[in-house]
Formats: sequence, C-alpha cells, structure tokens
Amino acid sequence: MSTTPEKQRARRDRRRAYALVAPAALWTLCFFLLPTLAIFRLSFFEKTGGTLAETPSLANYERFFEQSYFIESLWTTVGLTAIVFVLSLLLAYPLAALIAFRVPQKLQRLCLMLAVLPFWTSYVVRSYAWLLVLAPNGVVNTTLLRMGLLSEPLTLSFTQGATVVGFVHFFTMLATLTIYAALVRIDRRLLLAARDLGASGWQVFTRIVLPLSMPGLAAGAFLIVVFTVGDYITPQILGGNNDLVLPQTIIMQIQRRADIHMAATLSVFMMLVVGLAYLALARRLTVDRS
Amino acid sequence: MTRTGLGQTALTVAALTLAFVFIYLPVGTLLLFSLHDGRVPVPPFEGPTLEWYGRVLSDDRIVEATGQSVLVGVVSALISVSLAFLAGWGLARHRIPGKRLIEALLLMPLAVSFLIVGVGLLVAFGSVIPKSVGFIIIGHVVLNLPLAFAILYVQFDATQGRLEQAARDLGAREWQVFTRVTLPLMRVPVIAALALCFTFSWDEFIVAFLLTGFDPTLPVVIWGLLRTGLDPQTNAAGTLVFLVSIMTFLAVELAVFRKRKP
Repeated sequence: MSTTPEKQRARRDRRRAYALVAPAALWTLCFFLLPTLAIFRLSFFEKTGGTLAETPSLANYERFFEQSYFIESLWTTVGLTAIVFVLSLLLAYPLAALIAFRVPQKLQRLCLMLAVLPFWTSYVVRSYAWLLVLAPNGVVNTTLLRMGLLSEPLTLSFTQGATVVGFVHFFTMLATLTIYAALVRIDRRLLLAARDLGASGWQVFTRIVLPLSMPGLAAGAFLIVVFTVGDYITPQILGGNNDLVLPQTIIMQIQRRADIHMAATLSVFMMLVVGLAYLALARRLTVDRS
Repeated sequence: MTRTGLGQTALTVAALTLAFVFIYLPVGTLLLFSLHDGRVPVPPFEGPTLEWYGRVLSDDRIVEATGQSVLVGVVSALISVSLAFLAGWGLARHRIPGKRLIEALLLMPLAVSFLIVGVGLLVAFGSVIPKSVGFIIIGHVVLNLPLAFAILYVQFDATQGRLEQAARDLGAREWQVFTRVTLPLMRVPVIAALALCFTFSWDEFIVAFLLTGFDPTLPVVIWGLLRTGLDPQTNAAGTLVFLVSIMTFLAVELAVFRKRKP
C-alpha cells in the first residue's frame, strides 16, 4: 500500500484533531459518563451492614416501591414540575412576546437584560430572598395587612406554594430569554401577510407565531424540567419539611442514612423523569444551527 | 401617535412594570433589608446602616469561604475554557470520524441535573479522592465544560480557518499560528466564556455541598447561615455575592457590546 503525501497529510490532520479533542472528551468520560454509569451500577447493589452486597439484585428498587415515602417524593416531584412548567411558560411567553413585538427595537436589548439580571443571584441567595418576601411578617403580608386586604398574615413560607413561586420566578427569566430568541427571528412580513389574508389575531398567533417559536419554547421547557426535577435548594429552603421531592430524599439518604445505594437508586428515577421529558420534547427541540 | 397607539403603549408599560416588580421583588427586598437597622430583616424598614456589611467582612468563615470560592471559580473556569477551546478548535478545523458523537458527549452534562453530577462523583470517586476544594473543582469543570464548549464552538468560523492557513503558508509555526492568529481572533468569546464559567462556579451550591471537605465555598457557608433564620447579616452576604456576579456579567456585556459597535 503506497501512501501518497496527501493521504499522509490527512492522517496527520486527523491525529492532530483527536489530540485537540482528547482532553475535553477524556474529562467528560472520566468525570461524567463513568460516574453516571456508576450510579446505575450501584443502584443494583443493596447496602448490607457496612459492606456491599456481593451479587446484584433489585432490592433497592423493591424498597423504593414498598416505602410510600420514596414513591410519594417521586409523585411530588412530578406534580411540582408540572405546575412550575405550566406557570413559568404562561408568564414567560407573554413577557417575551411583549419585549419582542411591543417594545421599540432600540430598547429591546436593555429590556431583556433587565428582565434577566436577577437571574445571576446565586440560587441559595435567591431562595432566601423569597423567604424574606413571603415570611409571616415579610413584605407581602405586611403590605396586604396595611392595605386592609387581610386581617391576619397568610402562611406563605414553608409551603409547596412558596417552592412554586421560587421556581416560577427563576424560570420566567430563563424561558423569557429562550422564547424571545425564537420570537425575534420570525419574519414580520409573515404576520402582515396573514392579516392581509383575513386571519384574526388569534389565528396569527396559533398558526404562525406559536409554531415558529416552538424551538425556543421547547428549549425553555426542557431546561425547566431539568432544573426543577434536580433542584434541592429551592424546595428545601422554601418548602420546609413537608412534601419532600426526590432531591431532598436523595440528600437525606446520603447525609442522615449514609446509604449511597438508595441515593443512587433514587437518582436513577430522577434521570428517568428527565429522560421521559426529553423524549416528549425531543421532536420540537431540533434547533437549526444557522 | 393615535389614541389606540397611546393606549397600547400604556398597556405595554403597565404589563412590563408588573413583570419587573415580580422579577425584582426578592432581590430588591434582599438589598433593602441588608441596610436594615434592626435584628430581623422585615418591614417596617429602618436605617440605613452598613453595620451588617461590616460584620460580614469581619466574619472569618465568610472571608475564608470567599477565598475558596474565588479559587474554585478561577481554576475551574480556566480548565473548562482551555479544554473547550482545544476541543472546539479541533472539531471545527478538521473532519474526523465520530465528530457528531464527540459533540454529543461534550454537551451531554447539560441535560443532567447538577445533583446527579455530584452524586455520580461521590459514587465513583468518593473513596479515592478526598472531599476537598480540588474535588469541587473537578465537579465544576464537568458543569462548565459543555457551557464553554457551546459558546466557543460556534465562534470558530471558516474565515478564521483561512487566516490560519494563510499564516501557515507564510511560514508561521503552529504555536505562532495559535498565539498570533487563533487566540487574538477568539479573544472576546474566550473572555465571555471565562466570565460565565466563573459566575456559574461562584454561585453553584449542590456539587460544592456534596464534595466539600473542611473548606467550604461561599454558597455552602451561606446555606449554613440560613439555619439561624432571617438575619440582616445573611442579607448583606447575599447582596455581596449577587453584586460580584452582576459585575462580572456587566463587565462582559460591556466588553462584548463595545466590540460589536465599530
């Protein structure tokens, strides 16, 4: 087999490319893919006393389905995610549309920047800040009492409602960004054309704007699911100790029970929820790279 | 402007105001009551006083944690951006088999909750790597790498490739091509990626919480402060954390914005 200089160059080229990619790929393989697989593996080994069970079994999964405590946290997670998902998109879509279609072009960037600035509050700090707002003697209760709308303070903090507020606040900012990005790319002439052809405002929205903004909507939606399902902080700080979600039970297994096997099993369920959401949204997630 | 136009403008302004009140309510409250002259940060507001900031800045635990957070942020940002830069450069300039697969691998951590990354590292390496700042850095690079890669990868375009080739044809060595052509052309996205990675790491809690040893980062220490309930000192610490993130973000925004405007 003779090697022409061209072939040699192509091979050298390829070797160079692999060498450049290798450090990042190895890091992800070693510290992400391998650990994720290790979670799956560990979920099949029951913790027995101080040592690892010798043979793989479904014991952890049996425990998951036997103890209402675990199953309930799964359903709480799913329910919470559904509520947060719907409310966030219902708030973010109008806000993004308002900025994209009603705010003058020159001010849009500023408006968007202002809308997402508090996004950069650390999530521990953000949840604490909501605690301040929702406390029995916090800003909301004090204001409502002073306005005479309430006779005694409402219990707002340490409820699932508070968790929902904390999440929705965060995701409204996030989804506004992704939806706005999709909305500004829509060709305005399409909207005018539809109007000229006799479409009502509602028809323009459902037939043109909504379908064309779907990639942004789906991207926002997916991020909402990933973060809501996986966040420990927001429910822990704002929700108090009732209606525990999966991340809370996972941390509890690690910290109080030192049972990383059960934590791994619960993590598998968490990945399952995110995986299902991904499958549901995958078709709409195809974002063109142009 | 027509009457309906005016009405519409008023409506837009009203709706935006309402949205902004919701968005800024927590941060505004946090900031205001960090200046509160009283033991509990709730209305009615009294003050202002800088007492709580003074206490935060003289609290050894917070000051030490700030040092740890800066260390973790800077090192993890440098590692993530370097790795992402090399990978993006390699994938953008060469056609190699398995390109799609490598892209997917590098972006995969984005689709997984941070908690999983933390638990995974504990499960796989918990008995080998001691819980420490180094372990947190490893975790934060996992979180930041896909982000930095996503930002940098799209910035390597064909025009740059031709400039690199021209430099090579003119006799530049590989390292000269890199330092004189590639890196200067990528300066802005590299700075943006570094800043973004730093803020992410600076704010990150759960991975740091799971992998920390005796030297926790700032979010973990603030988490500890929350156990004492509402406290103006926590407000002050939280406000400072927020200001660092915002300043990093604004600095980048300005740098990138100025670059775009000729």
